[in-house]
Amino acid sequence: MLELKQLSKRYATGDLALNGVDLEVPAGQVLALIGPSGAGKSTLIRCINRLVEPISGTVMLDGEKLSGLRGGKLRLARRQIGMIFQSYALVERLSVMENVLSGRLGYIGFWRSLLRKYDSADIKQACELLDRVGLLSMLDKRGDALSGGQKQRVGIARALMQQPKLLLVDEPTASLDPKTSRQIMRLIVELCREQNLAVIINIHDVALAQQFVDRVVGLAAGEVVFDGRPDELTEETLTLIYGEEDWSTDAEDGEHGEDEESGDESETGDPLNNIAKGAHP
Amino acid sequence: MPLTETNNTVAWQRREPKQQLLIWAAWFVGLVLFLICWKVISDNTIWEFLEDAGVQGMSLINRMIPPDWSITGSLMRPLWDTLNIATVGTALGVAIAFPLSFLTARNTTPHPLLRGLALTVIVSSRSINALIWAMLLVTIVGPGIFAGMMAIALRSIGFVGKLLYEAIEEIHPEPVEAIQASGAGRAQVLAYSVWPQILPAFVGTAVYRWDINIRESTVLGLVGAGGIGLQMNAAINNLAWGQVATVFVLIFATVILSEWVSAKVRAAVY
Amino acid sequence: MPFVSDRRLRWALNAGVLIYLVLAWLSVDVNWARVSEGMERGLNFIASFLQPDFVSRSGEIFLGLRESLTMTLTSTVIGVALSIPIGLGAARNIAPLPVYLFCRLIIALSRTFQEIIIAIFFVAMVGFGPLAGVITLAFATVGFMAKLLAEDIEDARPDQMEAVRATGASWLQWINYAVQPQVMPRLIGLSLYRLDINFRESAVIGIVGAGGIGATLNTSINRYDYDTSAAILLLVILIVLASEYFSGYVRKWVQ
Repeated sequence: MLELKQLSKRYATGDLALNGVDLEVPAGQVLALIGPSGAGKSTLIRCINRLVEPISGTVMLDGEKLSGLRGGKLRLARRQIGMIFQSYALVERLSVMENVLSGRLGYIGFWRSLLRKYDSADIKQACELLDRVGLLSMLDKRGDALSGGQKQRVGIARALMQQPKLLLVDEPTASLDPKTSRQIMRLIVELCREQNLAVIINIHDVALAQQFVDRVVGLAAGEVVFDGRPDELTEETLTLIYGEEDWSTDAEDGEHGEDEESGDESETGDPLNNIAKGAHP
Repeated sequence: MPLTETNNTVAWQRREPKQQLLIWAAWFVGLVLFLICWKVISDNTIWEFLEDAGVQGMSLINRMIPPDWSITGSLMRPLWDTLNIATVGTALGVAIAFPLSFLTARNTTPHPLLRGLALTVIVSSRSINALIWAMLLVTIVGPGIFAGMMAIALRSIGFVGKLLYEAIEEIHPEPVEAIQASGAGRAQVLAYSVWPQILPAFVGTAVYRWDINIRESTVLGLVGAGGIGLQMNAAINNLAWGQVATVFVLIFATVILSEWVSAKVRAAVY
Repeated sequence: MPFVSDRRLRWALNAGVLIYLVLAWLSVDVNWARVSEGMERGLNFIASFLQPDFVSRSGEIFLGLRESLTMTLTSTVIGVALSIPIGLGAARNIAPLPVYLFCRLIIALSRTFQEIIIAIFFVAMVGFGPLAGVITLAFATVGFMAKLLAEDIEDARPDQMEAVRATGASWLQWINYAVQPQVMPRLIGLSLYRLDINFRESAVIGIVGAGGIGATLNTSINRYDYDTSAAILLLVILIVLASEYFSGYVRKWVQ
């Protein structure tokens, strides 16, 4: 269903984040993407919905080529792909309901979205999703009034509100405690199984991933180095993914690793961080 | 309740109907107020003048291009004066605002009555534009740079004083208590616990005001308080728009430069 | 902790500042005879605050203040409305480079020149009267608001913006859902602050014929009619205070 061919990304800083990644994900498969910080996991999923522009290679979703799309066509492509973030990325000053409904933005026109005039069906769906994630009673609360786990649940509802074919999940549990992490992972996997969605989950916690997913792909220095079932992950393969990587130089920092605290837990080459850096010079 | 369910269809509104109505009403009142104000402006405007505004503007710009560079040399002294007005004026203003801010901050004021008095000074200084201060001072101390400096200083007191006393009120109390606990006197407490905490705000505010004052001091000459505004006024009265353009270019360059310096210093301090 | 760690550099800087201050002070020639003569006038002026004269020029004061207030409101509304698109264009994280440069140029032009200079230009263009003042203040408002708005947008949380973009939102929807909620409180606060500034400015641009209370004030000062000047200044201070008090409330409310 999703097909990546020779996908490569080099940042303006010259760092090669992805180096010819090939990947195929059938519908209904839950895939965990593991790898050291800066291996290109965030870049990879952002290249799929084009939040990050790959320099070469193609992305095919259900036979439609996403690379090269612009304007309205890109919007139509994006609305088929839900996304869940590590930092939850709720718009904190909007209410829970508005955040969930914003998943429909790809479907409705500007004026209706401005006046918050959503279809009755959309509202019904939003209520069902909120009920499903256990937050229906909170729909009037503002985003910043929720706890981390609750925010992530709203994030999940927002992504599913898009009625996506594919779900991209970026470190969903990195900011949560172990118990909440398990609950969130279970919720994501259950919901996706119900709707037969393909999912790509970036995750650091290998043990947690093994318990929930169908397939594990290991990424190191922008290349796929492992692809198999969770139970095929041995110590050797883990060494292949994490061990031999020189932790002091991130893949995206490339050879010139002098670029600030390399090997830091926060992925220095992460596109989000790049954006953030640009915003705070 | 924003969520309403009637025979199997759900409706949701962002706000309670009453609240939404109130918001629309506020917009409506705002619009009406704006239109009334516009009517007053419109009644006091001679719209016939506007018919050739485009032509006037274009001819003005045409007469400004090319600028008359020949007067650049004679503008250097007024430009130097302008810089001095801004700089010395800021220095004076900051020097007065500094003690004033300690009298005004709730946590350092010696007496509420003194606080009220200092606050009055700050408010009056802030509310009155530097140009008005300059007009007053020109009638009092006579025309010249001195009046300009005093005007800038008087206007800066309120600005710097307000930002500074707010910074003092926001300091962390722990270091203050720690120094007090060591048996330090009042002055020592200020010097060792308050001063280090407000130093960045102090320097930042002073430099920021200096940057604003450069801009302000370019026009003080219009009312006779010295600086490049004097030459600008003369050129305008003579309808020598080429010279006016030269003055504009010099002001533009100076202000951009001062803004750059101020931004650099502030970035270094914070 | 000194700012400049190198001791010699610190001394050089201190000495440089001192030399500059002396040089600058020397360039001032104070006519002390004139000053002492004027001191009496200064005292008169201060004394007149104790006996402000609201009455003898009440008509002019009323008309001038009304004009100042209406100019303030209209120019702030127009200026803020114009500053929103320009502020969006001047935010590097959402605008393409050519648009960014163009909007930054407008901001630089508007911010460089003091309101009086802009007023002179617009008075020459549209003639004497409050319209020139409205255009002047609106133009100045654009530079002020657009710059701060753009900075606020550049500081907005990138993850929230990315999340809304990922839903397939159009550009306008993206602005409405991801950017607007983040910058709205500051935008409202700044608009109120600018309302304040515009009122204070409207009290001076009358000097060059751009309407408002400034002309009346100027006349009264030139005539040494300090009692009237004091009355006008007191009214200005009072209005500024009232508006500050009011905007404090609104700011708390929109947080």
